Amino acid sequence: MLPSRRACRRLDPVLAFVAQVGQRSLQSLREVGYHAALLAEAFYWLLLGRWRRQPVRLRAVFKEAIGVGVNAIPIVALASFATGMMLAIQGIYTLRTFGAEGQVVLGISLSVTREFAPLITGIFVAGRSGSAIAARIGTMQISQEIDALRVIGINPVRYLVAPLLAAMLLTLPALTVLSDLVALFGGALYCAGELSLPMGVFFDRTFEVLIVQDVLHGVLKSVIFAVIVTLIGAANGFNVSAGAEGVGRATTRAVVLGCIGIILADMVFTFLTSR
Amino acid sequence: MNSADPAIDVRNLVTHYGTRKILDDISFQARQGEIMVIMGGSGSGKSTLLRHLLGLHNPTSGCIRLLGKDITQLDADAMYDLRKNMGVAFQGGALFNSMTVGENVELPLREHTALDGNTIRIMSRMKLEVVNLAGFEDLMPAELSGGMIKRAALARAIVMDPRLLFFDEPSAGLDPVVSAELDELILTLRDAMNMTIVVVTHELESAFKIADRITVLDQGRILMSDTVAAVRASDNQRIRSLLDRTPRNEAMDPDEYMERLTREIF
Ligand SMILES: Nc1ncnc2c1ncn2[C@@H]1O[C@H](COP(=O)(O)OP(=O)(O)OP(=O)(O)O)[C@@H](O)[C@H]1O
Ligand SMILES: [Mg+2]
Repeated sequence: MLPSRRACRRLDPVLAFVAQVGQRSLQSLREVGYHAALLAEAFYWLLLGRWRRQPVRLRAVFKEAIGVGVNAIPIVALASFATGMMLAIQGIYTLRTFGAEGQVVLGISLSVTREFAPLITGIFVAGRSGSAIAARIGTMQISQEIDALRVIGINPVRYLVAPLLAAMLLTLPALTVLSDLVALFGGALYCAGELSLPMGVFFDRTFEVLIVQDVLHGVLKSVIFAVIVTLIGAANGFNVSAGAEGVGRATTRAVVLGCIGIILADMVFTFLTSR
Repeated sequence: MNSADPAIDVRNLVTHYGTRKILDDISFQARQGEIMVIMGGSGSGKSTLLRHLLGLHNPTSGCIRLLGKDITQLDADAMYDLRKNMGVAFQGGALFNSMTVGENVELPLREHTALDGNTIRIMSRMKLEVVNLAGFEDLMPAELSGGMIKRAALARAIVMDPRLLFFDEPSAGLDPVVSAELDELILTLRDAMNMTIVVVTHELESAFKIADRITVLDQGRILMSDTVAAVRASDNQRIRSLLDRTPRNEAMDPDEYMERLTREIF
């Protein structure tokens, strides 16, 4: 067994440091394992729940889909519109040095569909829903509602996590496609003003350069982000043990880890698929 | 299950939180239709024992048989079936805060039965009627008083007409009238439905009023598990101090005391 933290203090500081690093790594490893188990269990209930007499209810999935997806439309649309415009402004500014403003459409459409739309959507959903999931499950944990579910015979993962995961997997790709369109619209609008490029021409060219794979690339990422946000939110919620402060810490953690997770996963995914 | 078998049969239960031993060699039985009161001072492990009876934790060793089935060995499916026969009212109620009182009471029926919505609503209203909360089904748990929460939790616990009912601290924090009403309610439930009821409490008066048998816990061990009369007549010093409300005057070991104060400092 590892020495307790109190025991470490008495050892010399270097040893204590090593012990702490060891303990931290072990804890992280355990946490990764916990997330994996949670994911497996959520999928298990989604696929086999009906057969085990504990189906994941469609009504619950729709309710969550409204909460995490539909209600996120305004904020995601606004952020995407601004991002599209920003890309157009920067693109034209940069390309002007080469006298190649005409290429801006290519730049905008590729970076929006492959990178910015899934990323912006993911980050906003992590901020909105990751924290909400952690807060909801964490509060239920400390008020013994999770225990109450279990004694009634309702598996908490099936009842709370599986519908959320399904809703996220449905809505995040949809939100990403919406973000694609709105961001492109933002870019087109700016180009229309700055380069007198008619919107129709902008979109014609966009669809000329874009191949299905570019859009798919972004949508696939959003599927991964959906899993990350749900798991990190739920896991942090379930692990709350100490009162209201614990819930606060869990929500913060869910957002921070969710965003980091998304960015890291994005990097790895892009690295693996874009070379 | 043979009708002579105890409804609850706990044998040599030992449990830990982390490395701390909380319950030590607990054994007791309760027959079908019996009200078993678990008594003991604060921190003696009553709630912990209850949580193990509910299958919320895995014990270190020992076995817990409910309605003839050892829940420490049961697979998930069998446990799921057993849970339909168990009702639980937690110490703090544990009502689902995002649902109305009515939806809380309806939830077990919705999950476990294929009844239609109206039947479910009528059945849950009947249980709310039993606990004197008729007409409150549209309120949220946050809008209820402490006593109402306990009663709503009880309504949810009995909505499936379980054979086993567990009730943690029914009277804690309630005024004497309401807590007496809850006691009456527990007796009525047993008489009407022949439930086996486990009540955790440290209220002496209510314990003596409702109990058929009492199990006294002290620092994680069973001091006694016997009829009310036997517990009243006991001359065990710890039980007497619990019954007579006298403070514990144990001889203090000065060395141990010093060790506790200075532990992990030097
Ligand atoms: N989640 C937990 N983690 C670690 N220790 C715990 C936990 N819950 C309870 N304990 C410890 O277990 C012991 C028994 O606690 P328990 O809640 O069972 O007491 P109780 O008899 O129900 O007391 P009360 O009458 O105050 O409700 C206490 O010493 C407590 O510190
Ligand atoms: Mg307790």
